[in-house]
Amino acid sequence: MPDSTPIMSATGRQLRVDLQRIADMVGRNTRLLDVGCGDGALLDYLVHEKGVDGRGIEISTAGVNACVTQGLSVIQGDADTDLDHYPDDAFDFVILSQTIQATRNPRDVLENMLRIGKKAIVSFPNFGYWRVRLGLLFFGHMPITKALPYDWYDTPNIHQCTITDFVRLCDRLGITIERSIALNNLGHTRRIHSSVFLANLVGEQGVFLLTKRR
Amino acid sequence: MSTPQTGSVSRLVVPQTAGKVVRLGTTTPLRLDCGVDLADFPMAYQTYGTLNADKSNAILITHALSGDQFVADPHPITGRPGWWHLAVGPGKVIDTDRYFVVCSNVLGGCMGTAGPKEIDPKTGEPWGLTFPVITIADMVRAQAMLLDHLGVTQLFSVIGGSMGGMQVLQWASMYPDRVLTAVPIATAAHHSAQNIAFHEVGRQSIMADPEWRGGDYLKQGTNPNRGLSIARMVAHITYLSEPALHRKFGRRLQDRSQITFGFDADFQVESYLRHQGSTFVDRFDANSYLYITRAMDYFDLAEQYGGLLADAFDRTATRFCVISFTSDWLYTTAASRDIVHALNAVAANVSFAEIISDAGHDSFLLEEPEFWKVLGGFLEGAAQRFGVRK
Repeated sequence: MPDSTPIMSATGRQLRVDLQRIADMVGRNTRLLDVGCGDGALLDYLVHEKGVDGRGIEISTAGVNACVTQGLSVIQGDADTDLDHYPDDAFDFVILSQTIQATRNPRDVLENMLRIGKKAIVSFPNFGYWRVRLGLLFFGHMPITKALPYDWYDTPNIHQCTITDFVRLCDRLGITIERSIALNNLGHTRRIHSSVFLANLVGEQGVFLLTKRR
Repeated sequence: MSTPQTGSVSRLVVPQTAGKVVRLGTTTPLRLDCGVDLADFPMAYQTYGTLNADKSNAILITHALSGDQFVADPHPITGRPGWWHLAVGPGKVIDTDRYFVVCSNVLGGCMGTAGPKEIDPKTGEPWGLTFPVITIADMVRAQAMLLDHLGVTQLFSVIGGSMGGMQVLQWASMYPDRVLTAVPIATAAHHSAQNIAFHEVGRQSIMADPEWRGGDYLKQGTNPNRGLSIARMVAHITYLSEPALHRKFGRRLQDRSQITFGFDADFQVESYLRHQGSTFVDRFDANSYLYITRAMDYFDLAEQYGGLLADAFDRTATRFCVISFTSDWLYTTAASRDIVHALNAVAANVSFAEIISDAGHDSFLLEEPEFWKVLGGFLEGAAQRFGVRK
């Protein structure tokens, strides 16, 4: 995760930089589902700062209980199985933050997100980041970075991808990338579409705003 | 520990001074699902706290099979604390300093609301088995009539566990405009074959008691205590979990150092169950047990809406908080998840938490801080959202 200073809102709510970039993409007073909402930091921010009608899905009991305890509408569930139950176009935005690499069927999840939501926002740790590449090239072992802090044997991340991989998948699925940014380890952003090659090298994370191709 | 007594004729009597009773259906009778009209019937209830000026702070608590309206004050017969006194009261999770809490004895019950033990005004004698068979929806309709009487048009929340949770679901589907938030706990949208099977064992044990007299025991001066206590023993096992039973009793012996090679209660768990059975008969009516278990068995919310559970919540604006417990094998997390999925299908506003507990179905009645944190947080968030003032 980028570790630059969190940005504080008018009401004193702080968000991690990557979450702030996601929040920036969300329209005010919209209906929104945050898939893999963790302890609810982003959802809480969006509900209170942007007036969204926000819901969440979280796999961990501790995360769910923390969310519901602070008054957020969150269910215990998982991205692979629980999106099926929602009707088409139920939300304006469906967010998947730092979760797609941990799903069993990322492609199905992505398609489901754009079925139940008009727009999707996806962020993930970029496996093409130069530190990741160097780790494997020079040291010959699975890279461990701030964004990917796990050993290979206990990582929940079973479907790692690079920014380039993700752009290709969107293309294959007929998904339009409305906005895309790469964040480096200092939390600085650059637009991906200006050079996917460069973004894939310097970006520690990618954040994408997606719509279905009409 | 003594075995349940038989033959002792002691009709269950609720002290006249205990609690509030109102007669409902005096102008328009209650049309039951079975087609019978129930007119001029008693409804026993308790209230806690004060209804605020804009009438926005009312919470209805719906009780389970063996519960009653005495949710937070001592039981008038047993003298024991109210069945949910841990969660309901001043400063508690359901804070009676803030909310106006109503809890009524269900239709078919035996603590003052119309049921088989009460007097049929037409005959002047106890209803017995001539009392009409009631449903969960009938219970809810009667509660709605009570709230009309109390001047409560909209509930901030309706909260209940087990059969109480069934009433919560029924409330939310039948009166969506009257329910801002709904909290179904440790419950299911229909009774499973296993649920029905356990109830049938209980009913058969009551009806097999010769003292039951075809349901006519109140007129004949007998009391099917043995049958009712066995029903309670069976049911009580289903409310616990194997780990909870093991922790509480293991294979420990009761007041003896070795087994007796007989059929006395050698094991602590036997003694405990006998005690549960024999104390239950002091406060419960056998026919009521038949009627209420039947109402639960008949409960199938989806079936009321053509087979699709989601249709029960179509266009609902109610906020839901569904809660289950990991060790509850009677009303499982899977059953709660079915409710959640139905609510998702209509994009309802729903929270769902599974609480880790090894205490089985009874967890919702016990000291479970995580459960209370979730419930308290949900209510607080909703109270802020809906602007509930004290």
